[in-house]
Amino acid sequence: MERYSLFGLLKHALHHHEDWPRAWRDAEPRSSYDVVVVGGGGHGLATAYYLAKVHGITDVAVVEKGWLGGGNTGRNTTIVRSNYLRDEAARLYDFALELWPDLSRELNFNVMFSPRGVLNLGHTLQEMRDIERRVNANRLNGIDGEVLGPAELEARVPLLNCSPDARYPVLGASWQPRGGVARHDAVAWGYARAADALGVDLIQQTPVTGIRVEGKHVAGVETARGFIAARKVACVVAGHSGVLAAMAGLRLPIESRPLQALVSEPLKPCLDTVVMSNAVHCYISQADKGDLVIGAGADAYTGYGQRGSFHIIEHSLAAVCELFPAFSRVRMNRQWGGIVDICPDACPIIGKTPVGGLYFNCGWGTGGFKSTPGSGYVFADTIAHDRPHPLAAPFALSRFERGALIDEHGAAGVAH
Amino acid sequence: MLLLQCPHCLEGRSEEEFDYAGEAHIQRPAPGVTDAEWADYLYFRSNPQGRHREMWVHTAGCRRYFNVVRDTVSYDVLAVYPIGEREPLVGKPPP
Repeated sequence: MERYSLFGLLKHALHHHEDWPRAWRDAEPRSSYDVVVVGGGGHGLATAYYLAKVHGITDVAVVEKGWLGGGNTGRNTTIVRSNYLRDEAARLYDFALELWPDLSRELNFNVMFSPRGVLNLGHTLQEMRDIERRVNANRLNGIDGEVLGPAELEARVPLLNCSPDARYPVLGASWQPRGGVARHDAVAWGYARAADALGVDLIQQTPVTGIRVEGKHVAGVETARGFIAARKVACVVAGHSGVLAAMAGLRLPIESRPLQALVSEPLKPCLDTVVMSNAVHCYISQADKGDLVIGAGADAYTGYGQRGSFHIIEHSLAAVCELFPAFSRVRMNRQWGGIVDICPDACPIIGKTPVGGLYFNCGWGTGGFKSTPGSGYVFADTIAHDRPHPLAAPFALSRFERGALIDEHGAAGVAH
Repeated sequence: MLLLQCPHCLEGRSEEEFDYAGEAHIQRPAPGVTDAEWADYLYFRSNPQGRHREMWVHTAGCRRYFNVVRDTVSYDVLAVYPIGEREPLVGKPPP
């Protein structure tokens, strides 16, 4: 791998930037690996990277049915934060957040992490009580947070309609300064390039069609390009987790639904933070190239169509126009849906399964992007040692049998 | 946007009039089940890519529940039938 640097930029400028090497190899699948990671999104690539980097396990393949980062990694609204209510979730998400500031240097790839702060608006008295409770819980867990009033909000976000007669009156907000946004594609590409440099094979355009189980242990995966034997198989396929689990004869407490987002035409800089609203169901930030990135809701019912229902975005855009009257005439450029894997407690499932050597990392639902580095780190540790990483232990599949759910619905300021 | 035919009102309406009420034909287990069986009843779902049996409620209409067989990839509504009845044999059966 050629390191990216200012010197490299100058060197390649001499050749009109026409001789840059490929960022990663187009690997042919070998017949067997130590670990096969199914799913080449951010979480899967991060898992492969940390397996190689931290645990020295380099005989790893990432098998991806489409192209790297083409699923939910390339479909989210790039928000990074860790202001979750419950202790277990707060620790896991904050561990991930701590990895973000150094990620560009670690991967030698600019992931454009921008800690511009995240606001979660409160529109009712009850919401403000919930926000105070969450911010207090966050601070007890060492997570930065403040409760802001309408006057402070108005100063911080001038375009936000804070007038008392607004359709959705803004009573205040929680503010997490360390939160922000990052460039989602760059996260996938950065992890891919760094993993490839450590010897990981990235195998694209190769759907997994079956998981071979011999006795009570996994033997490998059937793919469109033949059988690949593996000592361990790690599935990180978000919305399609249930489909993969069924291949191994397992069921998951997950329902898959399309979650929508959209981007506007590029505007001059007008919004320098992330604004989320739980009650009116929208979240909005401005990308570095100027377009407004708007997150809408998930469909209420199971579906695998990567588009979603129209009335969902209609509802979110109506809310955006009320909160930001200046945006009412902004035109939208693109809209899409990603299939999110929603757990009953809105928390992920990380860890072992009843099949030996088969691991699942799924159920991140509507909020997986922010935890990409942390998710990969704890999952790689779980796979390498065949026991849950301490931060991942509360998120075991067995929590549903034990009744030890980690209820983050609504409590986390999640807009779903 | 789904168009659903309410079997009680006998009218086709858009999905905004309805609420999804989860997977259908889930039987409450008898008392004395294991924790695993109880968890399966409460939380685990078939979540198939394809033919799915589900319940809907006509919230903005008659407020009554009914069953639907729907394809979760094409979103085709394959059948609508009352609660308590067996599903009509349409579409590809679940594996």
